[in-house]
Amino acid sequence: MPQVTYVSHDGKSTTLDVPLGTSVMQAATLHGLDGIVAECGGSCMCATCHVYVNEDQLSKLPEMELGEDAMLDGTASPRKPNSRLSCQLVMTPEMDGLVVTMPETQT
Amino acid sequence: MAQGGTGAGVVIVGAGHGGFQLAASLRQNGYDGAVTLIGDEPQLPYQRPPLSKDYLSGKIDLDLLLMRPEAFFAEQRIELLMGVAASAVDRAAKTVALSDGKRLAYDHLVLATGARNRVPPLPGIELDGVCYLRDLAETEVLKARLPDTRHVVIVGAGFIGLEFASIARAKGIPVHIVELTERVMGRVVCPETSAFFGRAHQEAGVEFSFGARVERLGGDGGKVSHVVLGDGRTLPADLVLISIGVIPNEGLAAAAGLKVENGIAVDDMLLTADPGISAIGDCASFPSRHSQRNPVRLEAVQNATDHARCVASRIVGKPYAYEALPWFWSEQGDLRLQIAGLTTGYQQVVLRGDYDKGAYSAFCYAGDKLLGIESINRPADHAFARRLLAAGRHIAPAQAADPGFDLRAAAMARG
Repeated sequence: MPQVTYVSHDGKSTTLDVPLGTSVMQAATLHGLDGIVAECGGSCMCATCHVYVNEDQLSKLPEMELGEDAMLDGTASPRKPNSRLSCQLVMTPEMDGLVVTMPETQT
Repeated sequence: MAQGGTGAGVVIVGAGHGGFQLAASLRQNGYDGAVTLIGDEPQLPYQRPPLSKDYLSGKIDLDLLLMRPEAFFAEQRIELLMGVAASAVDRAAKTVALSDGKRLAYDHLVLATGARNRVPPLPGIELDGVCYLRDLAETEVLKARLPDTRHVVIVGAGFIGLEFASIARAKGIPVHIVELTERVMGRVVCPETSAFFGRAHQEAGVEFSFGARVERLGGDGGKVSHVVLGDGRTLPADLVLISIGVIPNEGLAAAAGLKVENGIAVDDMLLTADPGISAIGDCASFPSRHSQRNPVRLEAVQNATDHARCVASRIVGKPYAYEALPWFWSEQGDLRLQIAGLTTGYQQVVLRGDYDKGAYSAFCYAGDKLLGIESINRPADHAFARRLLAAGRHIAPAQAADPGFDLRAAAMARG
């Protein structure tokens, strides 16, 4: 099964199995990872599942849609060029091995 | 208030978004005392917004609804008492009596009791097939019934009624919505937005009766079969959704002698008149910075979770007055409605974007003061609106109406 590594703000990393079709956010909340809040439940409405994606893996991700791009302007921690909302990162085979870093705060 | 106390710790009544978040935030803030979370539903705490959206439509399963897996609660030393209700509070003894006969002591008690469905006193309301959509059990009933449903009647055209209408229509089921007022979502959005959504639902095949009252629900063998309106019309219905709003669960507080007035009255620290008891979320009536300090009671995930963070911070000795900007959302078919701020009392609406194509924002003003912004399929506007309003930054009606005005720059400006 594809895996994703989540790195907390203080550097602790956790690797999870993420089934195809499950979002990077869903896998995190399902495992009770701190650092991803996902207040709206994954509807791209709240910008509290913000992650920074390993730069050289950005091209493996689904393209960013307008709604996500917009909501990223409302994140609590600074938006960077590698910012994504993890609710929009639905697992594909190409994303196996993805590394995401969680921001200092989501709210 | 400092940590410590008698060792009884924090008892939280209600395991919805607010109650869960409070327990989690206490631990995130390093609170070391006991934390007990009491919920009257049998399952682990779960997210409510997807119930009327992705869960009911079948897009996601139960495991994805849960706030956290069961192990989280043990790891975080959060004692979960599920399927249990709090029946009374003894403020002098600082104890809570539970429905299973037990009694729990507390250093601090947080009432996160939420709200319950408003049930109209209609003849036939007890018939099989009369449904609600607020909690998981009610959603399971709807989910099980929908495949065999032939005619849906929805009483009340608020968020829940309209979200359910979208799902039923997507399954091809005829839907008729009976609404007492003249427009949809009249309590929360401006007439322009009501008109837009009303039309969109009509185009999706929903029939409406506005300004209409339900007289009674008729049945056949104990099952609902039709709805009779005040004007004498009869609508066929084998499923009736009652979605006319909720009533705050304030009985526990009232019985304990705390002030209740459309919710449990709290101050801007979310504290009741008893320094040992706070109230948060749907059940709490609080003076909001965004309502000119008038008491408001809001039914929203944002409100519940931001309340929870505020109270958790106070309990660990870092108090701050609650000032978070309220925001809300609804998904109805392809339409995304996002609201920032509280628009009650607006006098003027300025539209920005393409109203006819369904991608616009409605800026609601009282005089020159911007109260709130409704964004329809304009998520960028909503993101900027939240920044603008949270910062108390002003933009004039003429600026809002000017397509050349740089809303992003205004929202992202520092200072």
